[in-house]
Amino acid sequence: MNISTPRDDALVEARGLSKRYGGQAVVDGVDLTLRRGELTTLIGPNGSGKTTLLRLLLGLETPNGGELRKPDGLRIGYVPQHVHVDESLPITVRRFLKLGGAEPAAIDAILRDVGASHVAGSPLQSISGGEMRRVLLARALLRAPDLLVLDEPTAGVDLQGQAELYEMIDAARRERHCAVLMVSHDLHVVMAATDQVVCLNHHVCCSGAPDTVSEHPEYLALFGPKVAETHAVYTHHHDHEHDASGTVVPLGEETR
Amino acid sequence: MLDDFVARAIVAGVGVALVAGPLGCFIVWRRMAFFGATMSHAALLGVSLAFLLNINVTLGIAVACVVTAGVLLSLTRLKVVPTDTLLGLLAHASLALGLVAISFQETLRIDLLSLLFGDILSVSRGDLAWILGGGAAALAALGVIWRPLLSATVHEELAQVEGVRVRLVQAAFVLIMAVVVAIAMKIVGLLLIISMLLIPPAVARRFATTPETMAMIAALVGVLSVLGGIEASLAWDTPAGPSIVTVATALFIASLPLAGALWQGFRRPPPSAGDHAHGQHQGHHHH
Repeated sequence: MNISTPRDDALVEARGLSKRYGGQAVVDGVDLTLRRGELTTLIGPNGSGKTTLLRLLLGLETPNGGELRKPDGLRIGYVPQHVHVDESLPITVRRFLKLGGAEPAAIDAILRDVGASHVAGSPLQSISGGEMRRVLLARALLRAPDLLVLDEPTAGVDLQGQAELYEMIDAARRERHCAVLMVSHDLHVVMAATDQVVCLNHHVCCSGAPDTVSEHPEYLALFGPKVAETHAVYTHHHDHEHDASGTVVPLGEETR
Repeated sequence: MLDDFVARAIVAGVGVALVAGPLGCFIVWRRMAFFGATMSHAALLGVSLAFLLNINVTLGIAVACVVTAGVLLSLTRLKVVPTDTLLGLLAHASLALGLVAISFQETLRIDLLSLLFGDILSVSRGDLAWILGGGAAALAALGVIWRPLLSATVHEELAQVEGVRVRLVQAAFVLIMAVVVAIAMKIVGLLLIISMLLIPPAVARRFATTPETMAMIAALVGVLSVLGGIEASLAWDTPAGPSIVTVATALFIASLPLAGALWQGFRRPPPSAGDHAHGQHQGHHHH
């Protein structure tokens, strides 16, 4: 809520966070710090524990070990990966948004922001995958969240739609100064706007500014040379570099 | 007025229908039909339990339903067998156990047929007090948890992250179901209770645009079924419980799109054969 909160002020902090199912550690000693105004992207192969880590942070699962520090009354806006509402339930998009506890005027405004005004009166089951993503983002933003958590927010959305959604998420972070945690497979896209990338394979393989991570041997081993190459193409288009602390510096100024 | 057995039957039936409709909507939306059926089968166990312990029958049923639901929910979490297998197992195990327990009574004081299919025309003033009291309490409780339960029905985890106490709300929902099963037992019997919960919402779905209108239409459909069923039972000397369910089923068939198209063709003789075929085609399409 406090706009003047220092940027490096930790909002949510996990230390050695672990979750085991039947003896197998799905999340294994994860350290993670989420800060206001910062976008953290969680990447990792399928089955690497991304969703479980998200569920731990959301409070949907109880950790077996480690520590999770969250302020009391932390408001979380959550965009789940799947929403399935039975056909037998008559519910419009507007009503769905109202279930989150929002006022009608706020609902109309947020639907305009996410570009989904045209489906306000439509049955929730009738809208497309892309429209559903926008509606879910709207519901999360209506909570005026301190922390926005998104599980693959652009799954099943076309390229144009993906770019628009990421722009909205980025805008939310800038304008509302909330912390954003996002699981994503769109490596080449998310790297651009991300402050912190956390590469997960049950434990944290590596984390840091996007460029640091994309050159990390564990990252290369995990995603293979092909994906890494896609990245290389992207990073070559940078017009700036980051120094060791992650601060932007003009090209070539950093000593090698 | 309540001295008349028909009047008592109507008041009791309408009382149950008013709460069964809205509650049934949630059972349909949450795809818990089989769960409800299992619960109502456990009612028989509750009846024998009540006779054994010499407590009120309605109370015995409600307790047996809650216990069954509790066993069911904890066994579901263990994931030993698929949930539908577990439901089928528990439904018929409790039915069998109930029948066996009843057979142990030295003199058979229980009319088995009325337990299975209801005995609405023999509702006493005492029964009526239980039905109306329980029904009003269940309806009020459903009203209290309506919004959080709806939120959890749409998306459980989203609701939980937004602060809904999902477990608590679901437990309350199961409790309300147990009460409604217990009071509906006298009306339609344990084999037909689930139809009082499922058919009215099934009729209502097509005409509803919000969850609330669906609940209200379902309540209305339930009331019409009770009135029609009792009327038919008196006119043709048919069993009342099954007659109520038959009327509800007739309303459901009448509400189908295909039936609507046929009715249209019936009422307005088509000017040409082609027009008629078109109407039927549309019916099929919607179906």
